[in-house]
Amino acid sequence: MILKRLFHSTIGKKIIMAVTGLLLFGFVIIHMLGNWQVFSGSEALNEYAVLLKSKAAILWGFRFGLLGLVILHIWAAITLTLANRAAAPEKYADAKSLGTTWASRTMTFSGVVVLGFIIFHILHFTVRTIPGSPEYFQHDEKGRHDVYAMVVHAYRNPLIVTVYVVCVGLLCFHLSHGLQSMFRSLGLSDRRYLPLQIWFARAFAAFIFLGMSAVPISIFFNLKNF
Amino acid sequence: MNFKLKVWRQADQNSSGSFETYEAKDINPNQSFMEVLDVVNDDLTKEGKEPIAFDHDCREGICGTCSCVINGEPHGPENKVTTCQVYMRSFKDGETLTVEPFRAEPFPILKDLVTDRTAFDKIIQAGGFISVNAGQAPDANALPIGKEVAELAFDAAHCIGCGACVAACKNSSAMLFVSAKVTHLGLLPQGQPERNRRVLKMVDVMDAQGFGGCTNTGACEVVCPKGIPVEFISRLNRDYLAASLAERPESE
Amino acid sequence: MKLDPKIPSGPLEKKWDSHRMNLKLVNPANKRKYEVIVVGSGLGGGSAAATLAELGYSVKCFCFQDSPRRAHSIAAQGGINAAKNYQNDGDSVQRLFYDTVKGGDFRAREANVYRLAQVSVNIIDQCAAQGVPFGREYGGLLSNRSFGGAQVSRTFYSRGATGQQLLVGAYSALSRQIGLGKVQMFPRTEMLDLVLVNGHAKGIITRNLVTGQIETHMADAVILATGGYGNVFYLSTYARGSNATAIWRAHKKGAGFANPCFTQIHPTCIPVSGDYQSKLTLMSESLRNDGRCWAPKKQGDTRPPHQIPENERDYYLERMYPSFGNLAPRDISSRAAKRVCDEGRGVGPGGLGVYLDFSEAISRLGEPTVRQRYGNLFDMYHEITGESAYQQPMRIYPAIHYTMGGLWVDYNLMSNIPGLFVLGEANFSDHGANRLGASALMQGLADGYFVIPYTIGDYLANNKEKRPSVDCPEAKAAESEVRDGIKHLLSIKGKKTVNDFHKQLGKILWDHCGMARNREGLTQAIGQVQTLREEFWKNVNVPGESSNLNQSLEKAGRVADFLELGELLCRDALEREESCGCHLREEYQTEEGECQRNDEKFAHAAVWEYKGKNQTPVRHKEELTYEQVHLTTRSYK
Ligand SMILES: Cc1cc2nc3c(=O)[nH]c(=O)nc-3n(C[C@H](O)[C@H](O)[C@H](O)COP(=O)(O)OP(=O)(O)OC[C@H]3O[C@@H](n4cnc5c(N)ncnc54)[C@H](O)[C@@H]3O)c2cc1C
Ligand code: HEM
Ligand code: HEM
Ligand code: SF4
Ligand code: F3S
Ligand code: FES
Repeated sequence: MILKRLFHSTIGKKIIMAVTGLLLFGFVIIHMLGNWQVFSGSEALNEYAVLLKSKAAILWGFRFGLLGLVILHIWAAITLTLANRAAAPEKYADAKSLGTTWASRTMTFSGVVVLGFIIFHILHFTVRTIPGSPEYFQHDEKGRHDVYAMVVHAYRNPLIVTVYVVCVGLLCFHLSHGLQSMFRSLGLSDRRYLPLQIWFARAFAAFIFLGMSAVPISIFFNLKNF
Repeated sequence: MNFKLKVWRQADQNSSGSFETYEAKDINPNQSFMEVLDVVNDDLTKEGKEPIAFDHDCREGICGTCSCVINGEPHGPENKVTTCQVYMRSFKDGETLTVEPFRAEPFPILKDLVTDRTAFDKIIQAGGFISVNAGQAPDANALPIGKEVAELAFDAAHCIGCGACVAACKNSSAMLFVSAKVTHLGLLPQGQPERNRRVLKMVDVMDAQGFGGCTNTGACEVVCPKGIPVEFISRLNRDYLAASLAERPESE
Repeated sequence: MKLDPKIPSGPLEKKWDSHRMNLKLVNPANKRKYEVIVVGSGLGGGSAAATLAELGYSVKCFCFQDSPRRAHSIAAQGGINAAKNYQNDGDSVQRLFYDTVKGGDFRAREANVYRLAQVSVNIIDQCAAQGVPFGREYGGLLSNRSFGGAQVSRTFYSRGATGQQLLVGAYSALSRQIGLGKVQMFPRTEMLDLVLVNGHAKGIITRNLVTGQIETHMADAVILATGGYGNVFYLSTYARGSNATAIWRAHKKGAGFANPCFTQIHPTCIPVSGDYQSKLTLMSESLRNDGRCWAPKKQGDTRPPHQIPENERDYYLERMYPSFGNLAPRDISSRAAKRVCDEGRGVGPGGLGVYLDFSEAISRLGEPTVRQRYGNLFDMYHEITGESAYQQPMRIYPAIHYTMGGLWVDYNLMSNIPGLFVLGEANFSDHGANRLGASALMQGLADGYFVIPYTIGDYLANNKEKRPSVDCPEAKAAESEVRDGIKHLLSIKGKKTVNDFHKQLGKILWDHCGMARNREGLTQAIGQVQTLREEFWKNVNVPGESSNLNQSLEKAGRVADFLELGELLCRDALEREESCGCHLREEYQTEEGECQRNDEKFAHAAVWEYKGKNQTPVRHKEELTYEQVHLTTRSYK
């Protein structure tokens, strides 16, 4: 019964989005903390990468889990967006924003960009076919995949830096509404907490933007000796 | 004051509509927007044209019949009022006002500015009540209800079912309306026995009527003439989740 | 016309009980075979439709709004009375009964009013159980306020929206039955005629206001709960759509119309600001607890209020009624305001207004206290007028607010047409010549939840003949009459709009049959209304067609009926040669301008019989006999 409700009703789908969104948000945080290893030098990052891939079962379990979350999140997002558009096919001649934020009105757009980015990003760093150059496949002196060299090489390229910063920006734009929306969708909002939750979402979105883009930016401008 | 009214004209549900522009001259700033429509309509009638159809009844902000979108804002520019409580002093002399019907797929336009909101009634029919037949009630004071709870329940019950929330929502979502009823009855002890059943049934019909989902943008709260807050939507989500978890297959 | 009130015998307190015992019952298994038509979804109609469906009858319910939840009951602000005596301040069924009869200036039927007081207690229980959020004390128990005409606190309320909350309660009960398939709801559908078969009410003719389709609905009984007819005055506190069409057309089919001239005027409304005005808004009477009414002593004094010195102000209520002062009852304070304006001392546009001044209260209590007590009303005033009552006095003027008159009904709420029942404001039954505050909501719900469910069964059980079909000749005739009427209206294509006529009618009635009436004015008004009516049928312009949504056509039909009803109003006022309650005949007043009732000649309900187009209607009487109360003179000096 509960599954039917979750997958068939508008509220159920929003609950799915909120839960998957929350878990994805968790992944983003952890991923950001991992990425920060780059500031500790080649040894730390490469070792961390090995650690992540040491047990194939865990790695693939994790990957499929993530994939599942993304699929669920996107499935719910797309079906709901389609239903919402069907419910409101006509716009007003003199449309007003009526107190809504830009982020909240463009969630699907920011989401689609994030999806595109994820695909690009996996092809870039995991499959390493875009843009595909020998630097991505180097190994360090201990025979590990030289993730450090790959990342540093990649972010010397202004185009790639721009893509990353813009996309991370859109992700955070997505989160600035998504994180507060999540509380509301899960029924965790009330008169007292709502303002706090809005504040929390915006602060965290900004934090993630700064934290994520710190890597490409500082490498590009060589703010530390990479 | 003088105004130009750019008004949506549509012959019936199946026709397509378009804007027509009319002049309203020598308007008193204390004249209400609907009284301006009255004057325009009298002029149209005298010119042998068909007057503009628009919904209205009480003209004091409580029946929820009136339903125009003025310059892109359901119920016009002022906060917490209905269209019938909009006065011309809210606008600038010489302004052109764009006047449209509520637009939403579940609210088909019947003519000009008149929309069909029976979808709301269907939602209430599904569960927006407490099942008690006349004569079955115990003494009213047998069930004390704290003042704070009663006041909050009133805040929710104050919804006039106008549909502005739907009209303002980019998803045409009816969540604010449904949440008001679910909150009103869900807060009261009398409403507890049917609480789960109520929220499930109402949401089922809400979805079936073709309203969109809520992406928490909050436009509904901004235009709601009775100040129904979006926090009630959160409450509705919580009740729905709790009811879904508690639900058992219905035995026939 | 036979007028048998069917008052049960026995002592007043026992009448309803013993009557219920004597009423015939319909076998529960058979109830669903009976079809009942309920026209109206306000407190009267909504509660009746829901309750009858709960009992098992098959119900069809009609309203002209787009949803049953929008009936004009929704606009009631103040509260609803009930003899609960929760405050332990001496209330009882007996006291509520007495206050209501006295408030009505002894022109209501004792037995009905007593029953109303009896069932009032059940109403509150029922509404609370439905989830109506009544005002409460911190201890969780129900709170009460006091209201005019009573010395006990017996008024239950939901902030300033009691009518809305009660109606939402009735609407939810009705919705439940619609959802269960027991009630078929017809919104945006207007009743345009009554179908009589063998003298019994067996159906109605309706127009679907969206498609224009004319339809016939047949039933075993017809209930009208279509509200009051105050819009005959054009400007009133009623909703724009409120109309007399249903009861008027029933009247033309033979139903007696009782006391049409008993119309109530509320003293504190926001005055007219221009001739575009479409509606008057009521400001709660409670404002008079702290506001002082005054007008300039000088005629035509156009100085702004703060420039008029104290000694040039006339606090007329305090002067004329020293003991009640600003709290004099509705009819009395309305008349006083009118008198002041008639003397040319009115303020604001057109000189039709008096001041309601809070400056004294603000300096005594401080602005925050005044804001706390009346903030929402001051806001409402500001919203409408753009003026702040904290800085300058409010301007107020009386407005038409309620109609005590309506179709005549007996103790069972059945009109003189068998099978035609009338509930709520549409009937004449319980308020005599003046209604007390907070008792209309009580009456509507009493009628619908607790009276009609019993009394209709008796009629149905006694009349078992088969329901006529929609094709019966009587229905066909009524249907074609309705079609012809519509065709006629659309074919005139004259020069004036429907609104023009309505405004003119309103002005005639307000001037001659409003707060004060006299022989000469009324005689004149009858002639004027007749002329106007003739002109209407020659010169009205109703644009559009009948086959779709056509608001001008709807309105034209209603105004056509008002033009006939307006004349009856004046006739009734003319014939009632006494002053009582809201009906003040200038010829019959004391030297101080108070009502002079004539119990010898007029202790009766005047019931009018329709005699045909342009025929003089006939006045019948139902004598009112009082077993329990003594007729006294109301005094508020
Ligand atoms: C501003 C205001 C404030 C008030 N405050 C109070 C108060 O505080 N306390 C109190 O006790 N009373 C108050 N009253 C009076 C009280 O509200 C009404 O008398 C009462 O609600 C009438 O209820 P009703 O069911 O008879 O009619 P209504 O609620 O008017 O319902 C009439 C119904 O009939 C339908 N109808 C009418 N004509 C037709 C037709 N031809 N065909 C089909 N359907 C039709 C309408 O659609 C509607 O559903 C107030 C009245 C006003 C105007
Ligand atoms: C790492 C990736 C992503 C994260 C962390 C994320 C996170 C979130 C969160 C937390 C929410 C709020 C859920 C709720 O309101 O209950 C949300 C909503 C949403 N997401 Fe994502 N999301 C991601 C990717 C995507 C993608 C790829 C899409 C693409 C289509 C998408 C589309 C949406 C939409 C449409 C909403 C609903 C917005 C709303 O409630 O207003 N998201 N997301
Ligand atoms: C700008 C900052 C980012 C940097 C430097 C970065 C870096 C990396 C690197 C180096 C890898 C490859 C790890 C490996 O194969 O060993 C990786 C994988 C990945 N990144 Fe990022 N990333 C960034 C932002 C993001 C964002 C914003 C998202 C999500 C929305 C994301 C999602 C992923 C995913 C899904 C993988 C694949 C994980 C797997 O192999 O299972 N990354 N990232
Ligand atoms: S929630 Fe507000 S906007 Fe929506 S129907 Fe109710 S009163 Fe109207
Ligand atoms: S505007 Fe729409 S998106 Fe939700 S918060 Fe209100 S229903
Ligand atoms: S007309 Fe009743 S709320 Fe506007």
